[in-house]
Amino acid sequence: MSGILAVLEQREGQLHKMALESLAAAQKLGAELGQPVYAALLGAGAEAAAQAVAAFDIAAVHVLSHDLLAEYTPDGYVLALRQLIQAHSPAWVLFPHTYQVRDFAPRLSTSFGKVLVSDVVGHRIENGAAILVRQMFQGKIASDIQCNGEGPFFASIQAGAFRADALTAGSAKVEAFAVTLDAAQIRTKPLERFRESDRAVDLTAAPIIVSVGRGIREEENIHIVQELADALGGELAASRPICDNGWLPMERQVGSSGQTVAPKMYLAVGISGAIQHLVGMKGSKVIVAINKDPEAPIFEVADYGIVGDLFQVVPALIDALKK
Amino acid sequence: MKIVVAIKQVPARDSLLKVNAEASWIEDSDLSFEINEPDAYALEAGLQLKEKEGGEVVVLCAGPDRATQTIREALAKGADRAIHIEVEETSAGDPLVLSRLLAKALEAEQPDLVLTGLQSDDLGYGQTGVILAELLGLPHATLIMNVETEGAGIRVRRELEDGWFQNVDMPLPALLTIQSGATKLRYATLMGIKKAKTKEIKLLTADELGGVSEPSITVSRLYVPPKTKQSQIFDDAPKEAAAKLVEKLRFEARVI
Ligand SMILES: Cc1cc2nc3c(=O)[nH]c(=O)nc-3n(C[C@H](O)[C@H](O)[C@H](O)COP(=O)(O)OP(=O)(O)OC[C@H]3O[C@@H](n4cnc5c(N)ncnc54)[C@H](O)[C@@H]3O)c2cc1C
Ligand SMILES: Nc1ncnc2c1ncn2[C@@H]1O[C@H](COP(=O)(O)O)[C@@H](O)[C@H]1O
Repeated sequence: MSGILAVLEQREGQLHKMALESLAAAQKLGAELGQPVYAALLGAGAEAAAQAVAAFDIAAVHVLSHDLLAEYTPDGYVLALRQLIQAHSPAWVLFPHTYQVRDFAPRLSTSFGKVLVSDVVGHRIENGAAILVRQMFQGKIASDIQCNGEGPFFASIQAGAFRADALTAGSAKVEAFAVTLDAAQIRTKPLERFRESDRAVDLTAAPIIVSVGRGIREEENIHIVQELADALGGELAASRPICDNGWLPMERQVGSSGQTVAPKMYLAVGISGAIQHLVGMKGSKVIVAINKDPEAPIFEVADYGIVGDLFQVVPALIDALKK
Repeated sequence: MKIVVAIKQVPARDSLLKVNAEASWIEDSDLSFEINEPDAYALEAGLQLKEKEGGEVVVLCAGPDRATQTIREALAKGADRAIHIEVEETSAGDPLVLSRLLAKALEAEQPDLVLTGLQSDDLGYGQTGVILAELLGLPHATLIMNVETEGAGIRVRRELEDGWFQNVDMPLPALLTIQSGATKLRYATLMGIKKAKTKEIKLLTADELGGVSEPSITVSRLYVPPKTKQSQIFDDAPKEAAAKLVEKLRFEARVI
């Protein structure tokens, strides 16, 4: 049992934005444990994406090929990756923590009698073994995880935990891996992908965004934050629960299922800073947070912050801006 | 349609969390608890399906004694009966070990549909449902916003990243993990609360479900994440804090 296998995600030849981060994690772990690194790609377009991955310093890129893998299904991906893992016996199998990975990877690891250590934000090596760090309680608590027994061990890497620009260049061979699959083994039938609303507001173009979260308590209070946005000349955005409640349209949602923004300034009001929100705004130049809880994870990424009750702080801020 | 909904009791949302002295779990003696948020939506989805298709909704919960409160609330909202697997919670667990117990209880029920939340607010593995599907040999789909029957099977709407969705057709029996926020949650009625008192809660122990298996991971330590970024945080009175912040934004960050 040896080697680090990074299972990367791609769509129509385009790598997922988190794919190279998990490859960087694999390269780092491989160097620390003295083990070779491999990548795997599957789905329509995998060959094209493999060329991009082959430009890094890893041993090989496996392209899993079968007509039934063209479109993603959890059954197809689990069966195909099982065959690759059985053929190559890697010690570690790493994934980016994407929605697709959440959908199939726990099933794959369970079939090996293992747990997927999901949402990994860091790691360290102790006595030759990797200890993984993952978040709990929506990012408020971290925990150290040890994998017991023999590999393969499975882990999914959270966005931003490893840097893609840390990857060292090289040239890997690309190998096709033939998969045996039968149509009857695939039980779910995916239909067309669609987007619900046309996006009338383009948050990505706004230089200043003021974003409101569940701390606002009621729809009637939203205007307080709107006034702050107006005072700053910014766009109003929100965390998911606000849009779920219909208090603001979904096109104003920031996060992994909403928009990804990187304005000059992002001001988060009454937002806790769950990872699914952070991935949508971490790239902002200056991050400001207003929250009554000094331990809220949003302060982790904030450049400036005010600990206090937003119902007092926001009006005070509007006043101060007018001076 | 026979539907089982897996629900978990977790610390209430705005709890101030402290790690316990052993660093094995949080200090939970003073906390209040509630149903895990996505599980409330899973229960709602189950109840709505039952209203349309007929059948039965059974809630399944593994947890300590106090979980009875959350189970009763689910019964008051309209679930027909409950299964409570009594387990003590004094440390962070291995989701596969827990799933094996849940799977054993589900095997005895043979439901047409199993619903779970997509992620627990405390452990946050985001995978108990998918593990269960593998253990039970059921097809599954995750991050589900909507469920409808379609012929002999179901059509579900999955949430994808960046505002995309996808419908998926699948046969029954099946397992779905439900995303929060897709519908309005119902409240328990007075009548419902009264009725809940007479509904069955079947108690099971881990031993009756094949016992606790060997964990494949060990959670060795819990801690508050160390601060990595140099933030300037103001915690003075609102007026002073606001003035300081505006000054910084104008003259240091130069963003306004
Ligand atoms: C697969 C998946 C996808 C998701 N996608 C997204 C997404 O795209 N975008 C997104 O935002 N979330 C998303 N989420 C949800 C995410 O996990 C969080 O639940 C959500 O971001 C929490 O929103 P919030 O911070 O507004 O609410 P909460 O977590 O409830 O936080 C409210 C905050 O307000 C503070 N507060 C309360 N009262 C006051 C007051 N008077 N003054 C000041 N502060 C106060 C509290 O201290 C707390 O920190 C997703 C989750 C999953 C599992
Ligand atoms: N102890 C439990 N009892 C019942 N259901 C659970 C339990 N733990 C997790 N679940 C279910 O599995 C889902 C995902 O949990 P997790 O994998 O911990 O994120 C939850 O939303 C619940 O529906």
